[in-house]
Amino acid sequence: MLAAKVFDEMHAADGSVRLSYGKYNNWLAEQSGELLNNKRAEADLVFRRVGITFAVYGDDAGTERLIPFDIIPRIIPAAEWRQLEAGLRQRVKALNRFIHDVYHDQNIVRAGKIPADQVLKNSQYRAEMHGVDVASDIYTHIAGIDIVRAGKGEYYVLEDNLRVPSGVSYMLEDRKMMMRLFPELFAKNRVAPVAHYPDLLLENLRSVAPQGVADPTVVLLTPGMYNSAYFEHAFLAQQMGIELVEGQDLFVQDDAVFMRTTRGPHRVDVIYRRVDDDFLDPLAFRPDSTLGVPGLLKAYRAGRVTLANAIGTGLADDKSIYPYVPDMIEFYLGEKPILANVPTFKCRNRDDLAQTLAKLPDLVVKEVHNAGGYGMLVGPAATRAEIEAFRKKIEANPANYIAQPTLALSTCPTFVESGIAPRHIDLRPFVLCGKQVTMVPGGLTRVALRDGSLVVNSSQGGGTKDTWVLE
Amino acid sequence: MLSRTADHLFWMARYIERSENTARMLDVNMSTSLLPQTVEVAEQGWRAMLSISELQAAFDAKYPSLTPRDVLDFMVRDPGNPSSIFCCVQAARENARAVRGVLTTEVWETHNDTWLELLKLLAGGILKRDPSQLFEWVKFRSHLSRGVTIGTMLKDEAFYFTRLGTFLERADNTARIIDVKFHGLGQAEARNGVNGEAADTAAENQLDYYFWAAILRSVSAFEVYRKVYRDVIAPSRVAELLVLRDDMPRSLLACMNEVCLNLEKVRNSRSRETERRAGLLRAELQHGRIEDILQMGLHTFLNAFLERVNDLGGRISQDFLVPLSAA
Repeated sequence: MLAAKVFDEMHAADGSVRLSYGKYNNWLAEQSGELLNNKRAEADLVFRRVGITFAVYGDDAGTERLIPFDIIPRIIPAAEWRQLEAGLRQRVKALNRFIHDVYHDQNIVRAGKIPADQVLKNSQYRAEMHGVDVASDIYTHIAGIDIVRAGKGEYYVLEDNLRVPSGVSYMLEDRKMMMRLFPELFAKNRVAPVAHYPDLLLENLRSVAPQGVADPTVVLLTPGMYNSAYFEHAFLAQQMGIELVEGQDLFVQDDAVFMRTTRGPHRVDVIYRRVDDDFLDPLAFRPDSTLGVPGLLKAYRAGRVTLANAIGTGLADDKSIYPYVPDMIEFYLGEKPILANVPTFKCRNRDDLAQTLAKLPDLVVKEVHNAGGYGMLVGPAATRAEIEAFRKKIEANPANYIAQPTLALSTCPTFVESGIAPRHIDLRPFVLCGKQVTMVPGGLTRVALRDGSLVVNSSQGGGTKDTWVLE
Repeated sequence: MLSRTADHLFWMARYIERSENTARMLDVNMSTSLLPQTVEVAEQGWRAMLSISELQAAFDAKYPSLTPRDVLDFMVRDPGNPSSIFCCVQAARENARAVRGVLTTEVWETHNDTWLELLKLLAGGILKRDPSQLFEWVKFRSHLSRGVTIGTMLKDEAFYFTRLGTFLERADNTARIIDVKFHGLGQAEARNGVNGEAADTAAENQLDYYFWAAILRSVSAFEVYRKVYRDVIAPSRVAELLVLRDDMPRSLLACMNEVCLNLEKVRNSRSRETERRAGLLRAELQHGRIEDILQMGLHTFLNAFLERVNDLGGRISQDFLVPLSAA
């Protein structure tokens, strides 16, 4: 069964308005439906004209779509954010230490905290990275940590995104839009600013340049304009004032990376890459990739260029590794985890397997190496036949699955066709890891616009909200 | 700047300029086709449109016979014709999208808006209802994109490559527009027409007048001509105005002046020969005499000019745009 009680961000159980939403609610009560409608139309118009769109694969008619923007903000009280921030710092630090460890001494495996085969036989483990020293020992320069809130208002980390997390441009554009539509709200509420994110990001990238480079050249590597996140790539490059390059713009000579410019080759020191590991270097990974740069891995291993994020970080955000993150925090930092994991059954363990099979209709079961909802069973939403079919798959290969209780994501009032109604949300804060760990308050709030839906993904009817941390 | 970025900017500018000039050519042909003339002559005019854009073969492969409606469709809205206004505006916008990070918001939004608006106009049936209005609109969108570029962009390499694209394309297109009469009529007639000797009959004379007046209008030079020459329209003067006058913004000399200026701004270690050739071509125009050009034959002259502009385009690609090798 679904947890009966859903946590509403704005209203307490008795219907009263939570303190953090007080001023906003007073303001909202004075606004007419017509005004809100007009504001929403204005937002749509501006987003389309500015071309803030994402590409939809395999859809000829409208290959560019808008991500729906909701005009009601999600508000996080400062005290809660401080707790989240501390937890995020701790978690990303530990994940970074973990990646360094598995590509070097593998102490955590030796100590018996994580089974060796979970690491070494993981499809996300990159043997090419073993023994390689990366600049400042940083692997997860940019992390997007997905956080949800369940029935009693407690926060859980649902997923760590350590490869090429996206969405930060929407966080920035949503704020810009809210300030344009409702300037008076920002006079009434002390909303922590986020617009300096590109500066933090650039500083972060410059801080991890190869040793001895005083004034590093940083570039952003994109798969190109047909990639679904191209808008974000172009946006961030522009905001940071760095070149937006494609694989064809770069080449490697004598283990150094250069870009082709109108004035000849120009040395590149740091690559903020938004291209997956597999496509980075046709000589090392997928030979059919035209998105990458031949010889890049060799230059990288020689320490002549920094890649952000590092190659091989996918191991640490794999679903089979996720249950061990609290152990990592204790192992590497000697601290108790501040942020909780969703309780997870590892079906490779006999007890966990038995419990999973017993409670199958209530659980969400995930295939470990997959992302994006593939190979997943949502027990409460599945038919009996689907559950039984899945049971056979789990029994045949238990190590391939983890299982979690179905969480009731918190809701936030959202302006939809029928008026203002609660919709489920999540939160993706972006954590920058360089010489220091930095982040801007809040993150990207995604909202499932369909009534009752828990899917916040933009390709499946999800939208975004501005996220306020109130000081 | 990145070679690929420069390439996108160069082609963004070329495509929007090309869409404008195609609109200009079609518009002038619309008006000359309204003159009293035989069906054959009118048809020749439409053929000329295809011929000067080197699209005759592509058109014939698609249509069994030639009607004005089909030529308009082919040149304006055919997604299968890469030179159609539709394709040019789309290509300009796609090039802009690829480098929107180096454009100002206004420049990007202008290209994006032009594309979205064109789709709407075409869907609304403007080409059937009022093609002239559409051509006028295309011209103004092109004016706007240049104005926004000049008015908002930093004068750096991005700007110079954009300008380079605009004027190289315009040099090419203006030369083709002047040459349209050659494509419409037989070569001998064309040469005669320019020399102003043969137009035997009064009717032919009159037709000739309207023809050259239309050419002037197509490059927004009708009033300019009156102002500069204060005289009746004589083909040799039209040619002089559009080829040799440096104060006429669409003339070949004016275009080459801008090409040289912008080439100098982006100079690199391998562009010396390109600069020399551009400079030579400009000098020939600057010190050239229309009598000598007409002596040689206007068509022969324009053909040679187009070849040299094409050579410059290729060289600019080699020097700046096509990825340079490591060495």
